Amino acid sequence: MEKFTTLISTAVPLNIENVDTDQIIPARFLKATDKKGFGDNLFRDWRFNKDGSENKDFNLNKAQYTGSILVAGDNFGCGSSREHAAWAIAGYGFKVVVSSFFADIFKGNALNNGLLPVQVSEGFLNDLMTIIESNPSSKIEVDLSNQTISVLDSELSESFEIDAYKKTCLINGYDDIDYLINNKELIEAFEAQKTY
Amino acid sequence: MSKKALFDKVWDSHVVSSIENGPQILYIDQHLIHEVTSPQAFNELERRGIPIFRPDQIVATADHNTPTLNQDQPIKDALSRKQLEQLSQNCEKNNITLYELGHKYNGIVHVMAPELGITQPGITMVCGDSHTSTHGAFGAIAFGIGTSQVAQVFASQCLLLKKPKSLRVTVNGTLKKGVLPKDVILYIISKLGTNSGTGYFCEYAGSVFENMSMEGRMTVCNMSIEMGARGGMIAPDQTTFDYIKEREFAPKGKAFEEKVAYWKTLPTDEGAIFDKEYVFDADDIEPMITYGTNPGMGIKITEAIPEEDTLSFNKSLQYMNFSAGERLIDKPINYVFIGSCTNSRIEDFRVAASFIKGKQKAENVTAWLVPGSKQVEAQIIKEGLKDIFDEAGFQLRQPGCSACLAMNEDKIPQGEYCVSTSNRNFEGRQGQGSRTILASPLVAAATAVEGKIVDITEHLN
Ligand code: SF4
Repeated sequence: MEKFTTLISTAVPLNIENVDTDQIIPARFLKATDKKGFGDNLFRDWRFNKDGSENKDFNLNKAQYTGSILVAGDNFGCGSSREHAAWAIAGYGFKVVVSSFFADIFKGNALNNGLLPVQVSEGFLNDLMTIIESNPSSKIEVDLSNQTISVLDSELSESFEIDAYKKTCLINGYDDIDYLINNKELIEAFEAQKTY
Repeated sequence: MSKKALFDKVWDSHVVSSIENGPQILYIDQHLIHEVTSPQAFNELERRGIPIFRPDQIVATADHNTPTLNQDQPIKDALSRKQLEQLSQNCEKNNITLYELGHKYNGIVHVMAPELGITQPGITMVCGDSHTSTHGAFGAIAFGIGTSQVAQVFASQCLLLKKPKSLRVTVNGTLKKGVLPKDVILYIISKLGTNSGTGYFCEYAGSVFENMSMEGRMTVCNMSIEMGARGGMIAPDQTTFDYIKEREFAPKGKAFEEKVAYWKTLPTDEGAIFDKEYVFDADDIEPMITYGTNPGMGIKITEAIPEEDTLSFNKSLQYMNFSAGERLIDKPINYVFIGSCTNSRIEDFRVAASFIKGKQKAENVTAWLVPGSKQVEAQIIKEGLKDIFDEAGFQLRQPGCSACLAMNEDKIPQGEYCVSTSNRNFEGRQGQGSRTILASPLVAAATAVEGKIVDITEHLN
């Protein structure tokens, strides 16, 4: 997994609530047996018209919005457990998703793929959305070590929560499998004396 | 001794160890896999040279991608075929039991595992599929995981997790005629919203669930994820034990009696504290349908669509081509789907058949009945339900996820409405541009017969 410490980037606003995993990556694209290529079909049915042409009204297609931070409405990533959603977002080039609320499984999947979900207050999210929409070249800094997200050259800043263990994993670029395998003896001992 | 909830008892007995200020290592008893979310996990382990730790605690099935017609013939879609081939190879290489397409035990993962007695009270169970919550109906801790976690369980039979908070939803009273378990859960989600359960495990308690069949309990627990909860649970009781007894993987004889004695210790202690509690009354629940693009957007079938002026609400109604204040009764419907891990068990088809018997499907309707497993399919035939469906013009297809997520050919066309017994009404879930209306198998059957949405309570004798 890639290491994550600090990111400074412009952001793409997606002012929609309850963005579910079926929108992030529709089921018909889940037939691949590796992790590559999902970025091409991120938000497929919103990004493209029925005839395959780009939907110019969708923010990801607007030239003014660039960068590796996606700023989305409340309850992002609800729906299925498909990790393909996290692969699609990361594959497209995003490194951070900001929302006022994330669905459980999505959050875990994102963290397991080096994609940082940053949960902010509703007020902060609204302000951030407004700033990006009115000035798309605004730079946003996500500092994982200090757990802060700030809009550069402005007063807007907030701290965010992250599980201490997951933070260490991200900063060092290692994952749960490494940790679990190192604890195999404990696991075997548990199996030997299970009480149920 | 402190009072413990069912969830706490099962969780705590599976903790291998706890990391200071971090997650716990939770032991997983049963791991279910299917073709869509497992290949990348197998690849990951192979890449890192890690063997599968406990292959005999894994059971695999093919369901998401499979055709529901001509299952004996080669699969036409090359990508789907490849996914299934890869599953077979991976299982064979790693000594994992697989019920592949056509096997007498094949079926949707959340239908076949309980049916085989793999799902038991007090165990922990995971699958790379969010509706793993279904198995909580037996008093198991069961939840969906991502593919990285599938790889973790492959490697260690454990997961690193923070213990979720606990939530209890109590529904007391007696359900009215025509109100099915599906209506109960759609009602609960319509009241609580789609993220009220996030971070929680939910126990369903009260006389409504106590009096429910195992099939009904599975329908309820299945949709726990639709209110954001990782899982749902119902205390095991005599109904649970009777269901499990004599099934393929169930303990037999004395071993079974010993298990039952243990299972009886699992229900929540009186006075146990939950982080959140909700109480509802069965009298308030009526047949439900959804009108929007998330499962929380549900109303009583006779009610009008509520007014709400938010961006996402309007976007949702626009997608469905409905307006606020509109009633859905008499709305013409051309597609009906009875299936999915929510409502594809034998009881669901019995309910549908009892309504359909002696009637005819409306001309305009395409009606797909997709059993959840080969065993359900066989039972439908054995009980003579197939004859009822055939005579009424319904199409009984072969088992699989089918139009629930439309990964195979079973897709609802652009712009069409489908009254569906599945669990998600997201945009395009049943096919690009399709519009899903979630309902119980009874409402779905009535829609197919009438060709439009009707007040089911007026159609019951
Ligand atoms: S029937 Fe639908 S919800 Fe259930 S496992 Fe299959 S795709 Fe998922």
